[in-house]
Amino acid sequence: MTVQMGIKPISAGRRVKNGVAQVLVYLAFAVAVVPLVSVLWLVIRNGLKRFDIEFLTHSMRNIGARDAGGGAYHAIIGTLEQVLLASLIAVPIGLLTAVYLVEYGNGGRLSRLISFFVDIMTGVPSIVAGLFVLAFWILVLGMTFSGFAGALALSILMMPVVVRSTEEMLRLVPNELREASYALGVPKWRTIAKVVLPTAFTGIVTGVMLAVARVAGETAPLLLTVFFTDSINEDPFNGPQMGLPLYVFGQSALPQDVAIDRAWTGALTLILIVMLLNLVARLISWWRSPAKRG
Amino acid sequence: MATSLPKTEGGPALSRSAYRRSRGDVPFRFVSTASGVVLLAIMAAIAVFLVVKAVPALQANTSHFLTELTWVPNATEPVFGIGALAFGTVISSFIALVVATPVAVGVALFISHYAPRRLASVLGYVIDLLAAVPSVVYGLWGVTFLVPFMLGPSKFLNDYLGWIPIFGGDSVVGKSMLTASLVLAIMILPIIAAISREVFLQAPKIQEEAALALGATRWEMIRMAVLPFGRPGVITAALLGLGRAMGETIAVALIFPATFTISFRILSPNGNSIAANIANGFGEATDIGRGALIASGLVLFVITLVVNTAARLIIARRKEYARAAA
Amino acid sequence: MAKQIEVSDLDAYYGSHKAIEGISMTIEPRSVTAFIGPSGCGKSTFLRTLNRMHEVIPGARVEGKVRLEDQDLYGTNVDPVSVRRTIGMVFQRPNPFPTMSIFDNVAAGLRLNGRFSKSQLDGIVEESLKGANLWNEVKTRLNKPGAGLSGGQQQRLCIARAIAVRPQVLLMDEPCSALDPISTLAIEDLISELKQEFTIVIVTHNMQQAARVSDRTAFFNLAAQGQPGKLIEMDETSRIFTNPTQKATEDYITGRFG
Repeated sequence: MTVQMGIKPISAGRRVKNGVAQVLVYLAFAVAVVPLVSVLWLVIRNGLKRFDIEFLTHSMRNIGARDAGGGAYHAIIGTLEQVLLASLIAVPIGLLTAVYLVEYGNGGRLSRLISFFVDIMTGVPSIVAGLFVLAFWILVLGMTFSGFAGALALSILMMPVVVRSTEEMLRLVPNELREASYALGVPKWRTIAKVVLPTAFTGIVTGVMLAVARVAGETAPLLLTVFFTDSINEDPFNGPQMGLPLYVFGQSALPQDVAIDRAWTGALTLILIVMLLNLVARLISWWRSPAKRG
Repeated sequence: MATSLPKTEGGPALSRSAYRRSRGDVPFRFVSTASGVVLLAIMAAIAVFLVVKAVPALQANTSHFLTELTWVPNATEPVFGIGALAFGTVISSFIALVVATPVAVGVALFISHYAPRRLASVLGYVIDLLAAVPSVVYGLWGVTFLVPFMLGPSKFLNDYLGWIPIFGGDSVVGKSMLTASLVLAIMILPIIAAISREVFLQAPKIQEEAALALGATRWEMIRMAVLPFGRPGVITAALLGLGRAMGETIAVALIFPATFTISFRILSPNGNSIAANIANGFGEATDIGRGALIASGLVLFVITLVVNTAARLIIARRKEYARAAA
Repeated sequence: MAKQIEVSDLDAYYGSHKAIEGISMTIEPRSVTAFIGPSGCGKSTFLRTLNRMHEVIPGARVEGKVRLEDQDLYGTNVDPVSVRRTIGMVFQRPNPFPTMSIFDNVAAGLRLNGRFSKSQLDGIVEESLKGANLWNEVKTRLNKPGAGLSGGQQQRLCIARAIAVRPQVLLMDEPCSALDPISTLAIEDLISELKQEFTIVIVTHNMQQAARVSDRTAFFNLAAQGQPGKLIEMDETSRIFTNPTQKATEDYITGRFG
């Protein structure tokens, strides 16, 4: 047996490999951040050019692609209405489905089936959700293009996100709490409504906000269901509307500089809305976490 | 915590069957079960209604839908097929995956095993921000910044690596398959990174310590104890990313040159995808045209369904693995 | 092979919390040294400072000197990786690599440290498994995953893995606490054999075990919860268990606390 003297340093080859791996890992992170910085920088720099009162208060009515001016008021109104309607549809269904999965499903066949399809639904491309509403609502039922049709498509994209985040929050509610309530003779449904849901409330709100943020930036389904308009249409149930993502898409497909400027400002507005929703969601969960520990 | 419990006066605890029979319980249980069933019904309805509206167009088609390359569904004699579109969808998503996965795994390792712990969660949030940027913004960024920017590197690849068929060809443009794939790669990177990060963080500490105690360097420890553990998670993440890339519409609709050919030359003005074609073609589509687009959407739906199901099955099997090992 | 360890005035921290303070001791070669003491007294922490595993935990650091013969493990030019290569470790819970076969588990450390021919590897793996008293139980299934073994077998596999790289010191952190009595006995027998070749340091909760396997015993204690752990006394095992000089040691070994 060879006698080894003292602590021998590791071979140069191993040290180099370790160093190279470290450099590559750091580099990967840098590479991933570059596009984010580039996107945000260009959106802010180019978006601020037209980020003015006119943009926020005027529509594109009577403004040709080559004309300067115009705004996205009609698109902002449309997006807010569509997202609100989508939430009104998706949140109750998503919430109740999560309640079913956690409180009633008991891991039975139906609950496993639903759980599986919630996962699959997360992967449905947004354009397919749009095509479905187009096929079902507009082509088969004969309804018109409308903000509501867009909301239907968005709600399909929202539902699985709401289910998953709510489910996670409900599972965090300690079982002792439920049992304490049962022990007091409170029926199961009242226990869920008065004990479980309030306990998980802030977590659920956070999840809903993130789901809203996700669909607020969706363009593809709106294209097929809301269609386009340059005018203000405040009625989401009647006739084509506009949405902010659609507005950006429409303007950026045009070759004129003034249109591209409008697209950037639309993108800035959209990102501000999405980031605001994200921020509010994070604040809610941040505000909640110290309370949970305390 | 106990203060949030509703107060009821006295009375013994009821057995499970007793409160199940309580008056409000039956409707509540019914409504929540029904919501779950509604979700299933929506998934079924998506398939059914896409088929219903696709069939008339497919019947009017004068060519073979699965093999035809061209897309002229609005003509009096409609000719359209999924061939070129499916090819473009698969190839662009595949390139995006090949580009994004190594970077995403690096990012995940950076956050899980390299970055200082306090910094790690902040940096993780920065990567999550990439996912929060709406796709139309990536499209705008892609078409105004990345397309002209890519012209130089593309020419370089064509000049020096042109002997590799995919970089070959005489005309090199910014609006190419490569540029679209890069945008897709940026968009799927946060998903792959987030899932990989989670599994890497779950790699058992005791095996990491075993490797270190044997005299492994950090990289050797990662290869011995972290990557083998995380492999199924990374595969799942990549599949979910692939599904996302295939369905991505708006960003690539602005970048793809919207041709209907099959070509592996990713620097040339070729390329299209099912989703991009729907977005670009919908405005002018006639009845048959809309049906044809719906038929192509059905194909996309089926492909993403297969990819996502595969990903979910790996996760499900992994759970059982973990349980069996515990 | 086996070498003496000399520790002088060593402190270890987790962030701002001082876990152990002012420890100095000499660990003799070719012998078994046991660390005993109540939970939280820092004996495991101290063990982990002996092969620089302590600093693997984020925020953890060490002050003081640990000399292996004439080399300071915490010297400026010393790579912790080569320290761990020289001083092996066996953990509380058996931790074979789940994706590797029994053979690959034993060979894992060797493969890190250089190229070996297949026959060389075969030889060392067999020798190490024999050294860990596991050869006869696994020789027909060397290509099966290590995770398929029983807990006691897994722990002996981990010992085989540790001794395969021919370390100069073997540290064992409560190696039997997750095992049944029969496996524990097997490991204890093994420790007695291994001390012919290695310097062994073992942390144990079980005082009978310390009395059975060790030549020298060190008793650690802490003044109160949150205070740093300290070395109370260290002596021949027989002296510690029959005639300790410190009252705290006597209280502990007679079961009056801890």
